[in-house]
Amino acid sequence: MTTVETVGLAEASNAAIYATMVTLTVAMILFAAYFSSGRSRAASGAASAQVRSNPGSVAVLDRSVPSEIREPGRRVANVAMSLTWLATGLLTLALVLRGLWAGRVPWGNMYEFSISSAWGVLVVFLAMSTRRDLRWLGLFVVAPALLTLGLAVTVLYTEAAQLVPALKSYWLIIHVSAAIICAGAFTVAASSAGLSLVQSRHARSGKQWHGPMASVPSAEKLETFTSRLIAFSFPLWTFSVIAGAIWAENAWGRYWGWDPKETWALITWLVYAAYLHARSTAGWRGDKASWIAILGLVTFLINYFGVNIFVNSLHSYAGV
Amino acid sequence: MTAPPALETQAPLPPLDAAGFWRWAWRQLTSMRTALLLLFALAVVSIPGSILPQRGNNPLLVDEWLEEQPTVGPILDRLGFFDVFGAPWFAAIYLLLFISLIGCVLPRVGVHWRAMRSQPPVAPKNLSRLQAFHEQTSALPPAAVIENAVEFLRGQRWRVRTGASDSEVWVSAEKGYLRETGNLVFHLALVLILAAVAIGGLFGWRGNVIVKEGSGFSNTLTQYDAWGGGRLSSADTIPPFAFTLEDFAVEFERREAERGSPRLFEATVEVQRSPGGPIEPDLIEVNYPLTIAGAKIFLVGHGYAPTFVIRDSSGATVLDDAIVFLPQDGNFTSTGVIKVPDSNPQLGFRGIFLPTSAIDDIRGPHSAFPEPDDPSVFLSVWEGDLGLDSGVPQSVYTLKTEAMEQIGLRALIPGQTWDFGRGEIEFTGWQRWASFQIAFDPGKEAALAASVIATLGLTISLFTRRRRVWVKAQFTDNGSTLVQGAGLSKSEAGDVSEDVREVLESCEGKAQQ
Repeated sequence: MTTVETVGLAEASNAAIYATMVTLTVAMILFAAYFSSGRSRAASGAASAQVRSNPGSVAVLDRSVPSEIREPGRRVANVAMSLTWLATGLLTLALVLRGLWAGRVPWGNMYEFSISSAWGVLVVFLAMSTRRDLRWLGLFVVAPALLTLGLAVTVLYTEAAQLVPALKSYWLIIHVSAAIICAGAFTVAASSAGLSLVQSRHARSGKQWHGPMASVPSAEKLETFTSRLIAFSFPLWTFSVIAGAIWAENAWGRYWGWDPKETWALITWLVYAAYLHARSTAGWRGDKASWIAILGLVTFLINYFGVNIFVNSLHSYAGV
Repeated sequence: MTAPPALETQAPLPPLDAAGFWRWAWRQLTSMRTALLLLFALAVVSIPGSILPQRGNNPLLVDEWLEEQPTVGPILDRLGFFDVFGAPWFAAIYLLLFISLIGCVLPRVGVHWRAMRSQPPVAPKNLSRLQAFHEQTSALPPAAVIENAVEFLRGQRWRVRTGASDSEVWVSAEKGYLRETGNLVFHLALVLILAAVAIGGLFGWRGNVIVKEGSGFSNTLTQYDAWGGGRLSSADTIPPFAFTLEDFAVEFERREAERGSPRLFEATVEVQRSPGGPIEPDLIEVNYPLTIAGAKIFLVGHGYAPTFVIRDSSGATVLDDAIVFLPQDGNFTSTGVIKVPDSNPQLGFRGIFLPTSAIDDIRGPHSAFPEPDDPSVFLSVWEGDLGLDSGVPQSVYTLKTEAMEQIGLRALIPGQTWDFGRGEIEFTGWQRWASFQIAFDPGKEAALAASVIATLGLTISLFTRRRRVWVKAQFTDNGSTLVQGAGLSKSEAGDVSEDVREVLESCEGKAQQ
């Protein structure tokens, strides 16, 4: 590849990142507008309860009233959803261009891990949204993704370069791709867990929501959603840790050496294992489990930022 | 992990007699709540191991830490905070966790085994109280309705039980036993992982050796710079292979982005896998170790060995060798020591080797790039007693100067000779050295197999929903058939409405579709 071509790829990748950020910003504002429009969920909630007890007849009734008429804020949220799809497409393009520029998978330094993680968050959210209405969650997914991208371009940016020899292994692709999807699922799960804490506190007060939170499902539904995400990501995280161990065995001569990165990966694993146990333990199922889901993401972030930057670890690589 | 929720909300007080107490204690230990707390405890006690330097990973950093913290340091040291993962309190927590796990899982294996061999339970009297209750009417007689449902459920691999009372015919079906099977397999596989780790710890060993270009290594204990093994281990378990480091290739990034980052490490070796066997060329790279009879040879580090010739005042050569210098930073500013015990008085040199020489006020002489673009060496020469005869083993990388006196200081570039009064030293050039880790872990294949089984069990368990459905059919007064269906999800937050809808649809038989 000639220099002119690589410079073009570099500029194109960076431009795509900025385009992603602009699109996501608009999406975030629209999601926020939708969220604060505070459509009441009470009516549609009752209808869906009826659908359960009597499939068929009520479902027809439900469809006879177009949702846009009943809830004007929806149109705004639909635009925000479309923009999120667009932004994810742009971010995918940015990653592909970055990979072409560097001539390898775009997971060679912390800048690249960060934009990949933001991608993971968006992809998990969009994948989940194809099967259920997640417009209420949009703000709490797009905001952290945007924050991650902002951090990446301002603090962590590095020019694309070759991999250090320690990263030249196909295990990089296996280990890191699983971790990126986990980053996405853990983030979405923590957002949903945070919302369920707010909802359950409000439910205890016995009052009716007026304002933003009225559009958010009940605490119980949010907790189910959170647990589905974690039930999906926990085996994947287990796989990612095992793939990391196999790689470590190949690179450093031992599959587990209590390097800080490995230790924190185990801590994250233990916290999510505790979450799954809490979900089937009386007295732990509700708010406590939600707090554990948030704690899980915190340990994941400590591992990502804390260990990479502050701790002397074998996982500290070039360009942070 | 066992006791049903009702028992757990209020733990009963222990009975007064001893047997009762132990039964109570065992039930507490094997409860889900205890497992939960032990998981947290294990997470919390791991944290200091990631923040404080650990002897296993970084013994030098531990010593530094202890020197800087003379009050707190020794207390933490005695409590095991610099070897957290080998500390008794750490072991106590994970052993308790595993005992809790075994105590919980083993009884569940029996329960599950019986459940898999028994029929689903009889249909409850009143289906309308269950999940996803729905009723419909049919023109078919009740027996035909249930027959259709049974055929459908069997086809969908449900476990089916049918029955009839005076007025109604029913079918009871259950599916998703794999959820518990996967769950139990996962937990038992975790025990296997622990066992495999223990085997590796007892029988495994690991050694480190630095080899200069052109030099060799053979697998005997004395050849290692450092060797550590489990209680039941021995390097004799591996045949005495040998290898020579022919060439060590290194490349670093020269462009602005990530300048100085490593790009290539490649050790070309000549290997003799067994005594008297053929000598074959091979390559050892990072991520690509060499395997010989179960032991693996990893490339873990590299550095420079400047070469010197030292002559005494009579002109006789007293040393002609490459001396291993240890890198101190990413640009390979390297330090080392030359000892000349055969001269009289004894001579010692402290040196700094700079592959690309630079000097400034703050850092003094240092290297500006890891490759030897402009090499030089800074030497201080000492004379007196090296202290080698005291019997105490001495590191080859430190010079004990208590009984010595510094007699000169000088910087040299390759080819230069320095007459320091008692003799002369010639800096003739440099070689590279590579450090290898040679490891033998007989438990790692078992650990991998158990990990794969655990992950499979976990995935199957978390992606399987265990649920029951029931269909009842009876004649109504007007001669048509009333068909009722309902379900029950046995995994939390499961939804059975789809299952109930499907089975009720099937009741009408294929003709209807």
